[in-house]
Amino acid sequence: MTEGYNFAYLDEQTKRMIRRALLKAVAIPGHQIPFGSREMPLPYGWGTGGIQVTAAVLGASDVLKVIDQGADDTTNAVSIRRFFAKTAGVRTTTHTAEATVIQTRHRIPERQLRDDQIIVYQVPMPEPLAKLEPSRTETRKMHALADYGAMYVKLYEDITRFGHVSISYDYPVMVNNRHLMSPSPIPAFDNPKLHMSAALQLFGAGREKRVYAIPPLTPVNSLDFEDHPFRATRAPHSCGLCGSDTSYLDEVVTDDRGGRLFCCSDTDYCEGRRQSATAE
Amino acid sequence: MAYVAVKGGERAIDNAHAWLAEARRGDPAVADIGTDQIAQQLGRAVDRAMAEGSLYDRDLAALAIKQAQGDLIEAAFLLRAFRTTLPRFAASLPLETGAIRPLRRISAVFKDLPGGQVLGPTTDYTHRLLDFSLTDGTPPPAAPLTAAEPEAMPRVHDILGREGLIEPDAPDGAEPGDLTREPLAFPAGRDLRLQALARGDEGFLLSLGYSSQRGYGNNHPFIGEIRMGEVAVEIEPPELGFAIEIGDLVLTECQMVNQFGGSKTTPAQFTRGYGLAFGQGERRAMAMALVDRSLRAAELGEDATAPGQNAEFVLGHCDNIEATGFVEHLKLPHYVDFQSELETLRRIRAESL
Repeated sequence: MTEGYNFAYLDEQTKRMIRRALLKAVAIPGHQIPFGSREMPLPYGWGTGGIQVTAAVLGASDVLKVIDQGADDTTNAVSIRRFFAKTAGVRTTTHTAEATVIQTRHRIPERQLRDDQIIVYQVPMPEPLAKLEPSRTETRKMHALADYGAMYVKLYEDITRFGHVSISYDYPVMVNNRHLMSPSPIPAFDNPKLHMSAALQLFGAGREKRVYAIPPLTPVNSLDFEDHPFRATRAPHSCGLCGSDTSYLDEVVTDDRGGRLFCCSDTDYCEGRRQSATAE
Repeated sequence: MAYVAVKGGERAIDNAHAWLAEARRGDPAVADIGTDQIAQQLGRAVDRAMAEGSLYDRDLAALAIKQAQGDLIEAAFLLRAFRTTLPRFAASLPLETGAIRPLRRISAVFKDLPGGQVLGPTTDYTHRLLDFSLTDGTPPPAAPLTAAEPEAMPRVHDILGREGLIEPDAPDGAEPGDLTREPLAFPAGRDLRLQALARGDEGFLLSLGYSSQRGYGNNHPFIGEIRMGEVAVEIEPPELGFAIEIGDLVLTECQMVNQFGGSKTTPAQFTRGYGLAFGQGERRAMAMALVDRSLRAAELGEDATAPGQNAEFVLGHCDNIEATGFVEHLKLPHYVDFQSELETLRRIRAESL
């Protein structure tokens, strides 16, 4: 562990402040709670909110997994995992099943999470209405009044222009039938995993100084219309490495003549499938 | 296929950092730059890093500038990340800038005034010609010294205030807020607005202040006074019950005189805009004073139509550490989101063709 810094970098007072905000967040699912976000030694926009939330909930016996784009080996995931290995000395893993705390950017693991796991999302823009109304003073009022008509109008306009809702990621959800929430920029494909998840889901936005939460077993619905129900989409291929035809796929350009390889974005899921295939 | 098999993330990061360290050092045949040289000879860079880093420490700022290879936003970021770990053992008493030990003091509204006009070490009247003598280390000629008569230097605003010509600037008695501890909420009081501006990006403040002069929110400012010099910092430990001095800061303070406010009940008065910067930060202090005055539009009953008058816009975007983080995060991988966009676009196109 790094000398001179407290366990998991933040001092205990700060962690307590964040935990108080998280308790409030759990009590009002999907509602954004302001918190005294600190300057972290990593840049804003690179996961400072997630890092502060992880630091606040992490204990010495926890096992931490960090993913970015579903993968454990992407540079920013490596950097954040190292940060906690260094400042908290906790055990880290790449296996979803082994982790007690999972910090993620842009994905939810394919493997179903359990009730003894916490997933921490890095959030760039916690305000789901920001693209429709830039003033946070106004959006606060809209949330207070559950005045979400503007978002439904946006979805309707998409359908009239394109035939579909054109939001592919950070697809807005209604939490506990009350608060409109940004699920962070996960692909819409992952949205159904938010619904009635057994794991506690925590969201941290450092630069915007907000946390919010989805307690276990909370209904989370992606916004849609009865005649235009929400549809999760993925590339219509099987993984070129493990053969999965249900996982979310990355598209990798293999040459300059149109060659493509589609493979799982969740690297742990993909490796697990390949290992059990060779074992058989 | 190397891309998919990427497992080299950790090694790649280590190697990149090693290369960075080498690039920072540059040609080893050239002497290593000392942080003392930066602190002494790149003073304005140090001042800016301290202001935007919100930490008054010339030596640490010099180190940050060296580590950041002269990138001042990166240097300010290093200082902020250090500052956030420091314990807070006391809050100082309000600084008495009226008792500044002046290195510079000018007023643009009175030709002469008690304490006089003191130009100090200014670049204002230099001709901007590259001085090639600086390349060969020739020492500068000694600056002439005259014994100064210590003379009181009352604030211009206090002189105007005696006649009631300018609005009073009385403290409201409330404990000032701290946006580094509590998240900013709107409407934000002037204490928090000034705190945000004091650590805001100089370029952003400069452009906003400039826009207010060009008609985007009308400011009609005069420089009442700029003073730069040393001010004592005092704290009052509860167990002592009296104030003790813990050090000195070099500060630049700018007091703007702006056009009238007033109503049927209050006679017309000049209004104030205030700027304060660590070190010798005249451009920053002036820009801050312009923006401070702009942000008082609502309070003074003016139409708030320009960007510089919108507190949520200004305070939400003036912090360059937040701004650079979010702009630069676009470098991080986004292939999952991009993939979802590709699929959506392909589907829409397939159905419309």
